[in-house]
Amino acid sequence: MLAYILRSLMQGIIVMLAVAFIAFSMFRFVGDPVVNMLGQEATLQDRAELTERLGLNDPVPLQFARFVADAAQGDFGISYRQGRKVSSLILERLPATVELAVLSAIFAFVTGIALGVYAAIRRDGWIANLVMALSLIGVSLPTFLIGIGLIYIFAVELRWLPSFGRGDTVALGWWTTGLLTTSGLKSLVMPVLTLGFLQLTLIMRLVRSEMLEVMRADFIRFARARGIPERRIEFRHALRNTLIPVITIAGVQLGGVVAFAIVTETVFQWPGLGALFVNAVQFVDVPVMSAYLLFVAFVFVLTSLIVDLVYIGLDPRLRTGNPAMAK
Amino acid sequence: MTVKEAVPVLSVRDLTVEFVTRRATLRALDRVSFDVARGEVLGVVGESGAGKSVTGSAIIGLIDPPGRIAGGEVLLSGARIDDLPQEAMRKVRGKRIGMIFQDPLTSLNPLYRISEQLIETIRVHTDLDAAQARARAIALLDEVGIPAPERRIDSYPHEFSGGMRQRVVIALALCAEPEFIIADEPTTALDVSVQAQIIALIKRLCKERGTSVMLVTHDMGVIAETADRVAVMYAGRIAEIGPVREVVKQPLHPYAKGLMGAIPSLEGEAKRLVQIPGTMPRLSAIPPGCAFNPRCSQAFSRCHVERPELIAVGDRKVACHLYDESNAEIAA
Ligand SMILES: Nc1ncnc2c1ncn2[C@@H]1O[C@H](COP(=O)(O)OP(=O)(O)OP(=O)(O)O)[C@@H](O)[C@H]1O
Ligand code: SF4
Ligand SMILES: [Mg+2]
Repeated sequence: MLAYILRSLMQGIIVMLAVAFIAFSMFRFVGDPVVNMLGQEATLQDRAELTERLGLNDPVPLQFARFVADAAQGDFGISYRQGRKVSSLILERLPATVELAVLSAIFAFVTGIALGVYAAIRRDGWIANLVMALSLIGVSLPTFLIGIGLIYIFAVELRWLPSFGRGDTVALGWWTTGLLTTSGLKSLVMPVLTLGFLQLTLIMRLVRSEMLEVMRADFIRFARARGIPERRIEFRHALRNTLIPVITIAGVQLGGVVAFAIVTETVFQWPGLGALFVNAVQFVDVPVMSAYLLFVAFVFVLTSLIVDLVYIGLDPRLRTGNPAMAK
Repeated sequence: MTVKEAVPVLSVRDLTVEFVTRRATLRALDRVSFDVARGEVLGVVGESGAGKSVTGSAIIGLIDPPGRIAGGEVLLSGARIDDLPQEAMRKVRGKRIGMIFQDPLTSLNPLYRISEQLIETIRVHTDLDAAQARARAIALLDEVGIPAPERRIDSYPHEFSGGMRQRVVIALALCAEPEFIIADEPTTALDVSVQAQIIALIKRLCKERGTSVMLVTHDMGVIAETADRVAVMYAGRIAEIGPVREVVKQPLHPYAKGLMGAIPSLEGEAKRLVQIPGTMPRLSAIPPGCAFNPRCSQAFSRCHVERPELIAVGDRKVACHLYDESNAEIAA
């Protein structure tokens, strides 16, 4: 089991290094950092000085090592455009994105599993069929259309919910939260629905097909032959077996929630990291772009690590080293 | 003998099972009838697709969806069970009829400890509390030959070998003391070295409890040693059924003769291996009359038009026109 955890950790580190290399390369290939920082009118001497000061004359591997060491300590340099530390820009925007992404993930997971199980158990019922048909729409409809549709209905026509922004937030130390005010909560509703919807439909369809598959397994048949009540078979024997593959795949999907947040944040003018990134791209603000890239990669690696741990918790076959282990 | 003892534990009457598909209605069982007496082991043989497993599924009411019981009845100790409502039938399963499947590797839920699966089954069918159920589970594991059961009970299925897992499956099938057990090829998936032990275990446990058994197997040797009576199935019908010594040593039905030709005789001299030409028809193409007629070397005109019913010949029953009195001259 320890070896298994170590292996996932190693994989995570390798992925992070690979992404770090891409982020690092952006500095060299997307524009010239010296020109970017000093502007076109700087003297040759100014340029040479800055080049030296930034360590751009050092060998590339050394520069990369320095980049990784700095990034590991949360130092991503100075934003070209805003002249502020990238790390503080990110910390400022982080709460908005984390609250949006985590709530969307919970919404997608809980609703997706519940609907998927329902659709599997009532496979021939009309509600299950309706839910499946609607989920097809969810899979094929682009996120921004869902967002715009929601805005039209709930903000423009019904005027129930605000169409943009986070509403009022409360500061808890450096963290700002929208969860403690009514306007903050109201502002979260549509972005969460929009961002979670695609994952919800994917998870739901996955749960349904996995569960139908598991219900055909021999041990389900044997459980029936032992006279175990059907509800118990569905929710005890089948569900847990269903969740193992679902969690693996859905976990990766949820990492994608953060990536997809770019679109949702743009549609709802959500002051999160996605919006920060879109801005940075417009102004070729390379330090912000590369930090964002690293952040997204980190979220993916972290979710897959968590998935691996949950997996071990769910599947005893991975927990070797059990005291009762047979020879 | 009291009247109650004379009632067979299981009585199957004209059982017909159909699978309704878009193209056709396939008849997997066609008026199958047999009895199993109290404490008796009925062996069921026949080539793949003969309907052995479907018979077992029909008895415990677990035929997969496109399939259904289209006719006949199943009586357990004299009372019909095939028409019971779902919930009542569920209480029969595990409680009054136990089932042992072919593959112990897939019969157990991989995510739950043996103890959880045993205690769950015991508590579904009895009033025992958790501690009593656990004690009973440990006693059962001991009985089926799991060493150090109080320790091994908390292991997961993957921590047991195939043979040990099948012992756990047997314990699960027996844990509510059913009066009838269906064992569908209980050793086919196991290592040859443990097959005999598992069969001996099933036989011993059922004998001790007076439990009747329907034992499906392809192994004629097992049938000869274990069963009291044997039913030979062919294309969803019973070809011959009777005491095991008679049917194995002197089969009457031409198909049974071919099938029994494959076992070495008890005297040790290798019998001629009788090969039956051809294969069993698919369900969609069962010929009229006797289902065996295309492969039967003794088929005559009546075999092509009229289905042979089971006829009593001594202690056994045979579904073959050759044994019909009115055809005596042809049979001779
Ligand atoms: N779900 C199903 N749908 C359609 N036909 C089925 C289904 N289950 C079984 N059958 C058919 O019923 C017939 C009897 O199958 P059964 O499994 O009882 O055979 P068997 O005698 O147990 O064979 P084996 O020795 O291979 O286990 C077969 O022709 C099979 O194709
Ligand atoms: S009924 Fe006719 S075809 Fe069928 S087994 Fe007897 S002799 Fe052969
Ligand atoms: Mg079978």
